[in-house]
Amino acid sequence: MIDHAAAPLAIPEPPAKGHTRREALILGLFALAGAALTTGCASDKTALDEYLQKHFKDLSGDELKAVLARMEKKYSEQYGKHVSVSATPPLEGVLFGYALDLSRCIGCRRCVYGCVEENNQSRDPQTHWITVLEMDKEGGVNLQDANAYYDHETVPAPGKFYMPVACQHCENPPCVKVCPVQATWKEKDGIVVIDYNWCIGCRNCIAACPYGARRFNWGTPNIPADELNPVTEYLGNRPRQRGVVEKCSWCIQRTRKGLYPKCVEVCPVGARKFGNLLDPDSEIRYIIENKRVYILKEELNTQPKFFYYYGL
Amino acid sequence: MRIRAVRLAVAASAALLLTVACRPVQDPGARYGKGAEGAAKAAGTPATPATPATPATPATALFPVAPPPFSDGVFPCSECHKPGDKVNRVPHAVEFHEDIVLKHDEKNRWCLDCHDAQHRDKLHLADGRLIDFTESYRLCGQCHGPTLRNWKAGEHGKRTGSWSGAKQYLLCASCHSPHSPHFKPLQPKRPPLRQEKIR
Ligand code: HEC
Ligand code: HEC
Ligand code: HEC
Ligand code: HEC
Repeated sequence: MIDHAAAPLAIPEPPAKGHTRREALILGLFALAGAALTTGCASDKTALDEYLQKHFKDLSGDELKAVLARMEKKYSEQYGKHVSVSATPPLEGVLFGYALDLSRCIGCRRCVYGCVEENNQSRDPQTHWITVLEMDKEGGVNLQDANAYYDHETVPAPGKFYMPVACQHCENPPCVKVCPVQATWKEKDGIVVIDYNWCIGCRNCIAACPYGARRFNWGTPNIPADELNPVTEYLGNRPRQRGVVEKCSWCIQRTRKGLYPKCVEVCPVGARKFGNLLDPDSEIRYIIENKRVYILKEELNTQPKFFYYYGL
Repeated sequence: MRIRAVRLAVAASAALLLTVACRPVQDPGARYGKGAEGAAKAAGTPATPATPATPATPATALFPVAPPPFSDGVFPCSECHKPGDKVNRVPHAVEFHEDIVLKHDEKNRWCLDCHDAQHRDKLHLADGRLIDFTESYRLCGQCHGPTLRNWKAGEHGKRTGSWSGAKQYLLCASCHSPHSPHFKPLQPKRPPLRQEKIR
């Protein structure tokens, strides 16, 4: 038998290449700079600043402050109310993990819409970060024959069980590897994030994700102003623009402040569990140590930090 | 599979610890360039991992719980039930609380196994000790021990609030009617649009 423990499980990151400008865009940039010079108007200045913005990780303290301020102003004007945009750093000594009890989930989709509201997903065109799959109890976990469009009077439907799927926050995320501009990466606390200002919309990550967890904004996202959650995070639930990819961020705007993700809070059956994998007293560790847990598509070695289990 | 998952977590933590250990101490604010404001904010957030929520909790310790889900106007019960009232202890149909139908091991159970005849605003344990409705999980735990243990650890049921700090527990009774505890079916929220319908 091969002892997996002996092999390094955490694959080292490729050496940093430095965040080169997206060359295809440079041409456009010159064109825009020209336009801004000619007209010299304020909105073009904002657009120019947006174009000139560095990669998130290369921003200095003052630059980041300016970026956040620029965004707060833009979103606040757009939605007619104060919108905050923070960039809360990961907490020391924290590696997030998630568990979901398949024996309790009844497929009510409260999590789906709780997530939409908390994370400012587009209402029309519709974007959902969580997909709830319905499967036959007899067949077990069989993703091929799963149905996301079930529509019953009440759930659970007889003979069925439910499996919500969203970003699995892999330790070894294939989506990160294929991004040609490093617009998506894994943070120190394990959250896989996206910089919507750096994303070029090539959708390689969507093709690479084995869990179908990433969403592309084909159209301009649309959120009624009174429904916009004004507490936002740069790498999380701030409003997105057309042409970029988005996905679950484990409610980075909540969890980095110590709160549970929204889906955990709204789940009526208590099937969703979240916590710090490095804390032996957390519920997530209790579950891993006391229950039989599964990860999706284990054979791909993506090493999800999202665990499914049967609490019964 | 479980072993593997534990290993994964352990390997992941080891990797993280190594990263932390090998790196020069850095100001978390500096990395994201938040300056003094960011650092202060970071300091205000729970930087140290969770306060242990469960271990070695004595059976009598109180858990912070959401309020008992009484129907409007029914509590305090002593509005109608006075100490010293005559009580018919022989199981019988209770006409007044007509919506209450026992479907919970009912052949072996009667109202006053849980409710206290003389102190109607309390429940009592098998040994007669009185407990408040905010502690009803102790009543349930007499027969559902493993579930209670999982509940305390945050595995069964639900905790809200902070994963790293103060949490609120939902009482068993918030999800299970003590009288007919099977979890009631819910109406699901609407299905997602099919891809081809998204414009
Ligand atoms: C297994 C223990 C148990 C048994 C048996 C039981 N009860 Fe209860 N009952 C409870 C608990 C616990 C609550 C508190 C629910 C809550 O927290 O809101 C309760 C609540 C109530 C309430 C308040 C309900 C409301 O709508 O808020 C009434 C009235 C009541 N019980 C009457 C009865 C009657 C009558 C019987 C017998 C037919 C009975 N109970 C049997 C445990 C029990
Ligand atoms: C509005 C008045 C009223 C309130 C408030 C009320 N009850 Fe009652 N309850 C009654 C009456 C009247 C009966 C007797 C009905 C019968 O025997 O058919 C009764 C019967 C019962 C019985 C059956 C045993 C017995 O004493 O005959 C239980 C148990 C009970 N009530 C529990 C509760 C609990 C627990 C609460 C508070 C959560 C409560 N009741 C609140 C009026 C009330
Ligand atoms: C005196 C022992 C006893 C106490 C106290 C007790 N139960 Fe039970 N419970 C049982 C037994 C026996 C069964 C299985 C038989 C049945 O379902 O009727 C059961 C079944 C259940 C079930 C499974 C029901 C189903 O059909 O899926 C739930 C949920 C439950 N109890 C919750 C509770 C809660 C909540 C409390 C506290 C308010 C509680 N029990 C208190 C003995 C008890
Ligand atoms: C957040 C809601 C929630 C809370 C709080 C909760 N449960 Fe449950 N419980 C469930 C669901 C959902 C099921 C599965 C459906 C069912 O069997 O009714 C379940 C199942 C059960 C069962 C059946 C056996 C099993 O494990 O499936 C028992 C017994 C039970 N619960 C007891 C308790 C007790 C005792 C407490 C408090 C210590 C409690 N529950 C708190 C939601 C909850």
